[in-house]
Parts: sequence; C-alpha cells; structure tokens
Amino acid sequence: MIKAKINNIDIEVPEGTTILDAARKVQVKIPTLCKHKDLLPTAACGLCIVKLKNSPKLPRACATPIENGMEITTHDSELFEVRKSVLELILSNHPNECVTCGRNGTCELQDLAADFSIREDKIKRFVRDIPIDNSNGSIVIDFRKCVKCGRCIEVCQDIQNVWALSFLERGINTRMAPAGDISLKDSPCVKCGQCSAHCPTGAIIENDETETVWKALRDENKYCTVQIAPSVRVALGEAFGYPPGTNLTKKIYTAMRRLGFKAVFDTNFSADLTIMEEASEFVERFAHGKGALPLITSCCPAWTDFMEKMHPDFIDNFSSAKSPQQMLGVMAKTYFAEKMKIDPAKIYQVSIMPCTAKKYELERTDEMHASGFMDVDVALTTRELARMIKQSGVDFNELPDGEPDSILGEYTGAGTIFGATGGVMEAAIRTAYNFVTGKNMPAFNVEAVRGMKGVKEAELEVAGHKIRVAVAHGLANVEHVLNKVREAKKAGKELPYHFIEVMACPGGCIGGGGQPYGTDDDLRMKRAKGLYNEDGEMKIRCSHDNPEIKRIYADFLGKPLSGKAHDLLHTHYKARPIYQR
Amino acid sequence: MSQSSTITPNEKSDIRKEVAQHVSNWKGEEGNLIMILHAIQNQHGYVPREVAMELSREVGVTLGRIYEVLTFYHYFKLVPPGKHNISVCLGTACYLKGAPALINEVKSQLKVEEGGTTEDHEFHLDVVRCIGCCGMAPAMTVDGRTCGKVKPEDISKIIAETKSA
Repeated sequence: MIKAKINNIDIEVPEGTTILDAARKVQVKIPTLCKHKDLLPTAACGLCIVKLKNSPKLPRACATPIENGMEITTHDSELFEVRKSVLELILSNHPNECVTCGRNGTCELQDLAADFSIREDKIKRFVRDIPIDNSNGSIVIDFRKCVKCGRCIEVCQDIQNVWALSFLERGINTRMAPAGDISLKDSPCVKCGQCSAHCPTGAIIENDETETVWKALRDENKYCTVQIAPSVRVALGEAFGYPPGTNLTKKIYTAMRRLGFKAVFDTNFSADLTIMEEASEFVERFAHGKGALPLITSCCPAWTDFMEKMHPDFIDNFSSAKSPQQMLGVMAKTYFAEKMKIDPAKIYQVSIMPCTAKKYELERTDEMHASGFMDVDVALTTRELARMIKQSGVDFNELPDGEPDSILGEYTGAGTIFGATGGVMEAAIRTAYNFVTGKNMPAFNVEAVRGMKGVKEAELEVAGHKIRVAVAHGLANVEHVLNKVREAKKAGKELPYHFIEVMACPGGCIGGGGQPYGTDDDLRMKRAKGLYNEDGEMKIRCSHDNPEIKRIYADFLGKPLSGKAHDLLHTHYKARPIYQR
Repeated sequence: MSQSSTITPNEKSDIRKEVAQHVSNWKGEEGNLIMILHAIQNQHGYVPREVAMELSREVGVTLGRIYEVLTFYHYFKLVPPGKHNISVCLGTACYLKGAPALINEVKSQLKVEEGGTTEDHEFHLDVVRCIGCCGMAPAMTVDGRTCGKVKPEDISKIIAETKSA
C-alpha cells in the first residue's frame, strides 16, 4: 500500500493507483476531458494537472501513479488558471455551435466550460473545415468537434479490435479519421457505436432519426407500432434522473402510447422467440449432429458484421435465427396484422434499441423484408427515445404504469436477460435443457456466464451430456475464443466449446453504443442487475413456457425450425470485404 | 481523402507478388513495417493505396495502423510524386533567412500545396526540416541539386531551368 496526502487528507491506496483514482477515493474530483474509466490514460487533454510538494512540475493525474510520501495539491488558484487556459486553448479549436449540436446538454466539454465560467473567446477561434461523415447510416462524425482525446480510437482499436478509426498525421495536424483516410462506410466500422458512447463531445454521435419517427406518428395513414429492447428498460431512466438499473418497463409502455404508437410490443417477447429457434438449432446440431458446432449466437448486428468481415471461416457456425428486433418486426407485419385485420402495408414499425448497429441491421440482407415490407422501419437508440419523450411534453417521471399489447408483448425472465452479457446463453440453456430432457432445469440461474469478465467459460451438465460454453463481450475478446476453436479443429482435437455467445459491446446490450452517456463498468453492473432482478422475480423464466410463444407456434408458425419459421425468422451470412475499396 | 481507383486482376496479382517479395526480404525483423514501406516507396515513388491494402492483408497489420505510420513520417508519400522534386528547407536558419517567402512563391507559381503535386505531375513540392546547408540559408533542393541563398525572385528562373533540363 502507498501512503500519501491529497489536499492534506491522508490516503492509503494500492501500488499503481493513479493520482486521479486516488483523489476519487477521498471525494476529490480532478477535471479531465480525455480519461475514461474504461480506457488507459492517454494524457492528451492536460486538464488533470496537479501540484506535488517540492517539485516544479505539473504532472497529469490520470497517468501518474501515486508514490509514498507524495503531497499532492489538486485545486488552488494557480491550477485553476492553468486549467482554464488549457480549456480556452481546446475551445479555440472547437466550433462554437453548442445549440445545434447533438451533444447539447450532455457534452463533457460544454460542462467544463460551464464549470470554469468561460464567458468569452479569449483566443481567436480556428477550426479546420472538414466535412461531416454521415456515410454509414448509424454513426455521424463531425471531425471539427474532435478534441483529439483518443477515446474513440482506443475503444475502436483496443476494446473492439475493429480499427475503423485511427489518428492520422502528427503534432498540430493530428486528426482522428476512419482508418486509411476513407469514409466510415468504406472502413471496417461495424457500427457498434462505442466510439459515440465514449466521445466526450459531439464529434461522434448516433444518426438521429427522431424526426423521421415523428413524421410517421403524425401520418394518419400509418399504423405505428413500437418495440422496446430488453436493455432499454434499465437505462432510459438515467436520462430522467433515475438511478442506473431502475426498471421502467411499464412507464415506458405508457410513454409509448402517449407518443402516439397504436400498438406497443416488447422485444423481450421476440427474444423468447429467438431462443425457441436458436435452442432448437443447438439441439439439432448438438444432439442430432445436424450442422456445425460450436453454434455461435448472431443476435448482435455489430458482431455479425465483424464476423462477416474478419472471421468468415465461422459463417457455418452462426445461428441462422434472426435477432429479436427482426423477429418482432416480421411477426408484427404478418401474425399481428392478420390477427388484427390491419393492412401490413400501413404498419410502421419502430424499434427502441440500445444500439447504433440496429439501424444497419434493418437492411442487412433481403431477409429483413420477410414480411414483404421492411420488417422494422426505423431503429432508434435509447438516447433518441429519451429526447423524443422530452420533446413530447410527457412528464415521464410521473407517468402511471401501462401494459404492452396482449400479443407480441408478454415475456419471460429469459427474454429480459438478453440485454446483459451471458443472458442469451443462459436463456438458450434453459430452453435447450427442456428440449433435451423434457423437463425444466432444477435451478435456472447459470451464474458462470454472468458478470463483466471479458471471456466466461463453463461446462454445464445437461442430461448426462457435458456442454462447454463460452461467452465473450467486447469484440477484442472474441479472437481468443475463436482461435481456441481453430486450433482444436486444426489439431483434430475435441472442440473446446459447443456453444458461444458474443456481444460486441462490453457488458452486452446494457452497455450498448446507443445507451445514455457515462457508461462504465459500475453502470453496466447496475443495469445488468436491473435485468437479473426482474428475471429472478418472474413467475415464468423460460422462453418455451411463455403462453404467447406457445400460442404463436400453435396458431401460426407450426413448430420451431418449421418451413414457415425458416421463411420468416431465419437469415444467412456471407463474407464481406474489410475495406470497401 | 485519397482518390479511388480500380485495378485489373493482372495488376492485383502483380501487387501480390511484389508485396510478398518485400515482406519476405524483411521477414522476422523487428520494426519491419517501416522497412517494407520504404521498399515500396522506393519502387513506386510513393505508397499506393492498393499496395498498402495488400500489405495489410499479407502481414496482418490493419490498414489503420499502416496509415498511422505512413502519415506520421513526412518521408512517406501517399500520392504519386512529380517528375521534378522541389524541397524547400524550413530548418531554423532557413526559416529566419526567409524560407516562408520562398515556399509561398513556389506555391503560387506552380499552384501546388505543400506535400502536393502539380496537376500535370511535373513538380512536387515538399517542405523539409534542416538539410544541413545552414551556411547557404535559405536553401532548397531541386531534383537533389542544392540551391543556396535563394531569393523569391530567383524562383521563376529555377523552375524554368528545371523544366528545360
């Protein structure tokens, strides 16, 4: 342990703790623009400088490990002035466009400017004129607003291993750009949106489609329906002052109806449907030898895009089951339309997702039009929904609880945990167990696949069979898992896994690129807890026990993997070039 | 943004062979990416995008990282060089003795940006750090020939001589 003093407060912290983290432990906040809890320090912004007794230097707290006997001053008038000057320098290269910026009100730079009482442009503003890149439909980059903190690049290269973004040039000319100086569309970008979730300013934001949805809602010829993804319910509240992880499902249902949606569905329902198809696929492959093992989950569109580009040798291993978003869309425009006698051409399906890649998934392949129309018309992120609710004048915090529509609305605990890393695996195991043994598991919790560890491995026993599973989240963790499979295949050895779950974003969808800002592991765990708590409290915790799921198969689909299920609920994958040109 | 271009299958196969050769020359050596990029630039006069992409595939280094390296070092070029190369020195001595005016003169006469090539591919302009001729400041090199104590009014003559040479 290291003993030191911060602002005359004695502290004792483990060796290697940075001054920034040590200060947090004694309730001292040192300002920073570049350091993010998920990422290693880059020491780029220079705002976190502190003073050390008997030293003329001003070290950066984010990158300086605390040492025995250090006496640190984090705040005094001189530090304030230096920090303010640094801030003024950063602002002098930043467009003064706060009121028209996608991060207005959520911008870390704007907050700092407010905290530091910036009242005038002391330094003549110079902003390089670089056109906005809105080429990929999910993420929009305004390079002019980049403060060169390097967060997006670190997350894209190190956490996600995508390498769509990099710094080009050097010194004063340094700029963030899609890798190889091409457009984002032509880059390896998989649309996960982690760059936008980590960007402190409005340089990288989601492609805002709220106006498109408002237009549809105002159009009397359209029958607007909506679905809410599992992880949205435990994160949306953060935009309205609720503690992270508060489950607001029923308030969200009411809000959706107030916004004007004629039918409110729950993606948790279609998560149950995905599990019916995917668990059946697993049983086919595992017990009957029909198809490649390990089976790999495919409900994360950023992951499927990544796999198609970087790991196409695993295409045969992918579950062909569509994601819950797409399953709900096609069911709304077929089953629901038929049952309610609504012309499916009039149905306009909006999905509320934690995710920027879901925008891309809408047109991923022709099979996303299985209903004969675009199965889902628009995908909004949690952040966009929060803004729509605020625009609507609905007092969200005071709303009474509501209910979803009775078809495509009811869900189980298995559907709800889809939103956290390991959740799809756990839900699939619950149902696969039943399909193999004819009975439900004695205890539903599969603790081994829960939690924030990057790769989770487990061996589960099902009716005398040993099922080896792996769960990876954060795309950089995938390679390790896939390489183990490749090596075993090459050596002709037994496969290390039978079933692999991958979610592109750290933590799974609860940490999605479209979720409210400020996500770090602490927040991820709180949101995940919100989902697991709901699962634990539910009477029905297995997808195959969902009465509506039973009904939809009896009424409409036949049985899992039937011809009709295949036509409507399944898709395919193909190798795609990493660079478009 | 670099220009888009289409290449034929034959050209693609040539690029493959070329890159494989460069890579095998530097196989297993630490820091070989820079050496390979040097070899590519020596061959083409710049690093063409298609070759960089093939190199990325061959050595398993992302195109993002390759471009980080290519744009970090001034030495590497991403566009074809001109027939004639003008390098104006902007080391401290040359700077003080009036190099900025020389650069402006070249830029306006040739309608070329720093690090760019004229539309007719005749001239390429570079601004370089000290070339070790401080005694002749301000200095520039034209196709490797050093010109010292240059005044802005000398530029048109230097260009004309180079063209006719």
